[in-house]
Amino acid sequence: MKKEAALQRIFYGALGVLALAGLGVGLAVAGAQGLAFALFAAMTLGGGVMCVWERSIVRSAFALMATFTGIAGLFLLLEADFLAMAQILIYVGGILALLLFAVMLTPPDLGERRLGRILATTVLVGGATVFLGLEVARTANWFVLGAPLDGRAQDEFGSAERIGVGFLALDQYVVAFELAAVVLTVALVAAVYIARRKKSDLEPEVDTQQEPA
Amino acid sequence: MGLGAYVAVSAALFALGLIAILARRNVIYILMGIEMILNAANLNFVAFNRFGSMQLDGQMFAIFTIILAAAEAAVALAIVLNVFYLFDSIKPSEADLLRE
Repeated sequence: MKKEAALQRIFYGALGVLALAGLGVGLAVAGAQGLAFALFAAMTLGGGVMCVWERSIVRSAFALMATFTGIAGLFLLLEADFLAMAQILIYVGGILALLLFAVMLTPPDLGERRLGRILATTVLVGGATVFLGLEVARTANWFVLGAPLDGRAQDEFGSAERIGVGFLALDQYVVAFELAAVVLTVALVAAVYIARRKKSDLEPEVDTQQEPA
Repeated sequence: MGLGAYVAVSAALFALGLIAILARRNVIYILMGIEMILNAANLNFVAFNRFGSMQLDGQMFAIFTIILAAAEAAVALAIVLNVFYLFDSIKPSEADLLRE
């Protein structure tokens, strides 16, 4: 266990140094806004890295909370305030609670993590991502995509009102909205039906075969 | 911060989700990886909505993704519970009834 503790210390030390370096870079590049971006990006990616690294599922689930909250912060920076609140409500409050519920119902399996497997997958997936990212950065037309359109009217209520109107206006998303409602209802009823234990599972085994007298 | 920074964070989060799915032998880690990947896609939708010439379409897409992710999580966890009742294990490699 001594090796395990040393490994944890090295991992979290490296993670903290990386996060601090990211914050410094953000502050140096874009001032206060860069600092906020770097903070939320560090929460997002740090939570993801911890989730992959940690041995116990409960710790991984709580690390995922940092990821979801960081994403909500990035949404706020992108002026999507309604989405940020929905993210916190649904992901942190709902999906994470569901995950923890499933974690509590299943036995812990601390021997499942293999560092070699994580390392090999990281090299493979990381290499592919870096390659694709460089390729995209080289070929994308950033001049078209780069700057936010400041001429667009920003109303004073943020995006929530426009999203509500978009949901209910007949020429926009009302069909998709109703379909989403149907999908949610069907999926949740189905989830209850699948997860319920059959009555026959709960009763003790009864010997139904009659013994001949 | 420009669009590239958000896209980079999104790509890194996608890679982390993929690593969680591939490297951990546990159904719940697979679910967590899927949630990370969906979040990465959402971040891309919202970032391109902010920096592109769309009105609000990207945010609408992200909202529907969140709705479907909630439904997916509920059904997937119900399935995980059932698999655990059946096999006494939540390792995906041990759910192999059809092999026999």
